[in-house]
Amino acid sequence: MITKMTITNVNVIDQESAYDFYVNKLGFAVVDDIPMGDSRWLTVSPPEQPDLQLVLFPVKVSKMFPKEVAENLIELIRKGVFGCGVFTCKDIFATYEELKMKGVEFIKPPTKEFYGTEALFKDDSGNFFSLQPINNFGDENSI
Amino acid sequence: MTKEEYPKVYLYRRVVQAKLFIDSNYADKIDVDNISDEAYFSKFHFIRLFKSIYGKTPHQYLKSVRIEKAQHLLKKGLSVTEVCSSVGFDSLSSFSGLFKRMIGESPSAYSKNYRKTFSEIRKRPLAFIPSCYASQHGWTENSNFEEVVE
Repeated sequence: MITKMTITNVNVIDQESAYDFYVNKLGFAVVDDIPMGDSRWLTVSPPEQPDLQLVLFPVKVSKMFPKEVAENLIELIRKGVFGCGVFTCKDIFATYEELKMKGVEFIKPPTKEFYGTEALFKDDSGNFFSLQPINNFGDENSI
Repeated sequence: MTKEEYPKVYLYRRVVQAKLFIDSNYADKIDVDNISDEAYFSKFHFIRLFKSIYGKTPHQYLKSVRIEKAQHLLKKGLSVTEVCSSVGFDSLSSFSGLFKRMIGESPSAYSKNYRKTFSEIRKRPLAFIPSCYASQHGWTENSNFEEVVE
């Protein structure tokens, strides 16, 4: 029986830039940062979810990504084709304001949908994520 | 609902600015009065709003930021005394006591354990990386990553 997800991938175009985005802008914690030749084994965790690691996986020509695959993948990431998941927060409006102040690009501000309130933002590569409040089933965020 | 239409947007912005003020000035001698001044709020109104958004009072949040920064500096190799003053504590004993309560070990033990792990990572990096990823990268084919002899 599978019980948890512990490691998942976010394909990124530049690891150094991704480090700045996920650590300094989103506030994620660095779990591993191990130099491996011309790249790094770089994983981060959301502040209140230390048992889930996001691998900031560099898309570059390698054994895994032949040249054509790497080029195509980078183009698709830049175009914003890939949605990588849903992040939750205690207060979506405060989180939205904070991330905007830090320069994070939102493609949708907090918007009331039939399933609750949602915003969408892009990482520095072009991957997009949904942002939703923890209790997103009809509860209004309000101070 | 657009970005300008959600409830009390100006309140959110002020509280967020105060939070970012703590993030930037944690090493200075700031207290709640300074922070509420930053947010243009009365002290008690500000504390209530801050806690409703972040789940912690501004003072609790300031302490958590200081300890988080302390962990980072200890990993970089600074001494406990240097870290203590760098993150805004006057007293080494109050810093060490708070660090131990929040992290579960003293700053010196934390630093020592991190050094030990760091040394292990340098010697055998592949022991810390899932083999499926290492294999996909071709790292397992490079004997230089198998073991670093110092």
